[in-house]
Amino acid sequence: MQVRTDGREDCSQVRTDGPEDCSQVRTDGTNRKEPMTETHPPVALDAGLDAATDNLAALESEAIHIFREVAGEFDRPVILFSGGKDSTLLLHLAIKAFWPAPVPFPLLHVDTGHNFDEVIEFRDRVVAEHGLRLVVAKVQDWIDDGRLEERPDGTRNPLQTVPLLDSITEHGFDAVFGGGRRDEERARAKERIFSLRNAFGQWDPRRQRPELWNLYNGRHKPGEHVRVFPLSNWTEADVWNYIAKEKIELPSIYYAHERDVYWRDGMWLTEGPWGGPRDDEEVVRKLVRYRTVGDGSCTGAVESTATTVADVIAEVQASRLTERGATRADDRLSEAAMEDRKREGYF
Amino acid sequence: MSSLLRLATAGSVDDGKSTLVGRLLYDTKSVLADQLDAVTRASVDRGASTPDLSLLVDGLRSEREQGITIDVAYRYFATPKRSFVLADTPGHVQYTRNTVTGASTAQLGVLLVDARNGVIEQTRRHAAVLALLGVPRLVLAVNKIDLVDYDEGTFEVIAKEFTDHATALGYGVGDVLSVPVSALHGDNVATRSDNTPWYTGPTLLAHLEEVPVAPDPHDEPFRLPVQYVIRPRTEQFPDYRGYAGQISSGTVRPGDEVVVLPNGQRTTVTSVDTADGSLEQAGSGASVTLVLADDVDIARGDLIAAAASAPDVTDEFTAALCWLASKPLKPGARVLVKHGTKTVQGMVTELSARFDEQNLSVEDGPETLALNDIGRVELRTAEPLPVDDYGHAHRNGAFLVIDPSSGDTLAAGLVGAPLSALGVG
Ligand SMILES: Nc1nc2c(ncn2[C@@H]2O[C@H](COP(=O)(O)OP(=O)(O)O)[C@@H](O)[C@H]2O)c(=O)[nH]1
Ligand SMILES: [Mg+2]
Repeated sequence: MQVRTDGREDCSQVRTDGPEDCSQVRTDGTNRKEPMTETHPPVALDAGLDAATDNLAALESEAIHIFREVAGEFDRPVILFSGGKDSTLLLHLAIKAFWPAPVPFPLLHVDTGHNFDEVIEFRDRVVAEHGLRLVVAKVQDWIDDGRLEERPDGTRNPLQTVPLLDSITEHGFDAVFGGGRRDEERARAKERIFSLRNAFGQWDPRRQRPELWNLYNGRHKPGEHVRVFPLSNWTEADVWNYIAKEKIELPSIYYAHERDVYWRDGMWLTEGPWGGPRDDEEVVRKLVRYRTVGDGSCTGAVESTATTVADVIAEVQASRLTERGATRADDRLSEAAMEDRKREGYF
Repeated sequence: MSSLLRLATAGSVDDGKSTLVGRLLYDTKSVLADQLDAVTRASVDRGASTPDLSLLVDGLRSEREQGITIDVAYRYFATPKRSFVLADTPGHVQYTRNTVTGASTAQLGVLLVDARNGVIEQTRRHAAVLALLGVPRLVLAVNKIDLVDYDEGTFEVIAKEFTDHATALGYGVGDVLSVPVSALHGDNVATRSDNTPWYTGPTLLAHLEEVPVAPDPHDEPFRLPVQYVIRPRTEQFPDYRGYAGQISSGTVRPGDEVVVLPNGQRTTVTSVDTADGSLEQAGSGASVTLVLADDVDIARGDLIAAAASAPDVTDEFTAALCWLASKPLKPGARVLVKHGTKTVQGMVTELSARFDEQNLSVEDGPETLALNDIGRVELRTAEPLPVDDYGHAHRNGAFLVIDPSSGDTLAAGLVGAPLSALGVG
């Protein structure tokens, strides 16, 4: 192999030029561990690697292409990473896109403080294993200094928007990867893969750019940024089938486990930093798992015996409720809940 | 293992497109209980007795309120045989813009007509746009067949008229299928209808499941636009240098002779890498990293192509433009051209023709191209580009025209004379 000697720009270096003054920023921007299998024996072309004939291979190739386009065209991309299923998948694909080089972006977690311990433990472990840089924006900090006010219902999902936008501005992020999928909700069905946001993070469904072939137009004005959704064309079933195929580790709460829960607003909630059951709410021990992970005050568990990926796939196939409808109270507030929040700059 | 079919639907307002798409989702059990509940509730609120399946797809609030569809929406459904990504393109205002967007990635187009009206203006236009974009197969769904009493004669007249139009646009008879359906009642969508015993073809869904999609990779020349140079400089990979990109056409194997464009240096592929290992061969659509034998100077924006069938490198070319912006195009316009992974400055030096999709004819020397117009232009670029004719290798013949000041996408560009492939211009 040769090393380029002409001094021309290439983009394969980790960007370590973000502001480092935030106490939660990890600054070890080097990758020490190989994320994928240790050896790379030549493998014969089989259908599983053929993007023309295999669904998961096609989706993987599309996502990798999107990561590389952003790396090639933006100055400061960041991956939103909560430790949840979709963001873990996002990171896995980013690692594959740049292998054997490290992922050239930091991660950003907008932390509601209403977390599941298992997820935060997982988040920190993954970040350390891959030598990534994680920026954490804590909603609590915004509440403490008065920039945000706790809501009467105690739910913090809607409070994430301001810390997200403030962090984007503070760090100068110009491309923000999210794990959103178009199959999640009807308003998302029309979202582009490259979604231009104004300085207030707002999405205007009537001003979207046409997205043609695989040619993405990421041009934006100073102060604007682009949200990028590499998983746009994945369905929940695709995500789980891919997790199985790639043996991707997830936080344990995605699998069935015993938990003390109480019934509220048609969901099984659990006690946590966000509070617990009211006097009239009976706590019962149940075998449950989570299908999405968000603010614990409004993320419900579903009764499940699925302890393995294969069990989960079987359950998803038989499932009669969409992910969001089953477990996210905030999405059920109104028919147009997601559309409103997107217009406000939420994902 | 299931394959993936990308399709685009088009039809004019009230032909029943939303209902048909809703029906496909419903009949493939891609609609889950809570979505169906919401739709049933909304339907009852409006006084309907059965769920209005079109509500499953009309997603944005303004659409639900106005009962219209304002933007391309993507839907997902799957059967054990295949997964489908469906670009649902609205038919009225801005139809070209939306149809072009949906068609750019589609492997099959589903056009809808109302059996009572047959093939109309809009149908002919949509078919022409799909043909221009090179969508390889068409299906005509003759909808609301229930409203013409499942009449065979009516269907046959419409099917023949459509097939004649499609073959005039360059489609082979085997690439076009007409199916009599009732989106509302489900006839011939997923289940064969007893009401149309005279129809012997497949149901719409059976056809979507069976129709061949994978292109023969040996037909197209190898092309890979370099997205990113991978140079880890880690202890384990101190000297690794790979060129990452998604194969836009053809196949590549270690040992293949390639040429790097625009500078024209030749070299050999030593390895086709992915994070899962090196491949013996990779084909169009695959994201890979190529390691090359020689120390050639390659950066993002370059194209790696088969040495034996390299594209021309040129700074002047003819192209068809689908104009997507409200600001009209005038000769002399300065634009940005995004081709593959390269964006260069350019100028539209001449507007040679405007396509009249209605009469399949051209108007020579138009003064402008307006929103939704399709025309032939001459382009000059500040740097030479390695372009193929769109008809020869779609992805390497495609480009975006971008407004240098606003950054907006102004047009979809197709290199060469794809209009003449439509028998015009
Ligand atoms: N009788 C009958 N009515 C239909 C059929 N398909 C759609 N419709 C009705 O036609 C109207 C327009 O349908 P819609 O799906 O909104 O059309 P779009 O504008 O093309 O999306 C609605 O009232 C539908 O219920 C059909 O196959 N038979
Ligand atoms: Mg409609």
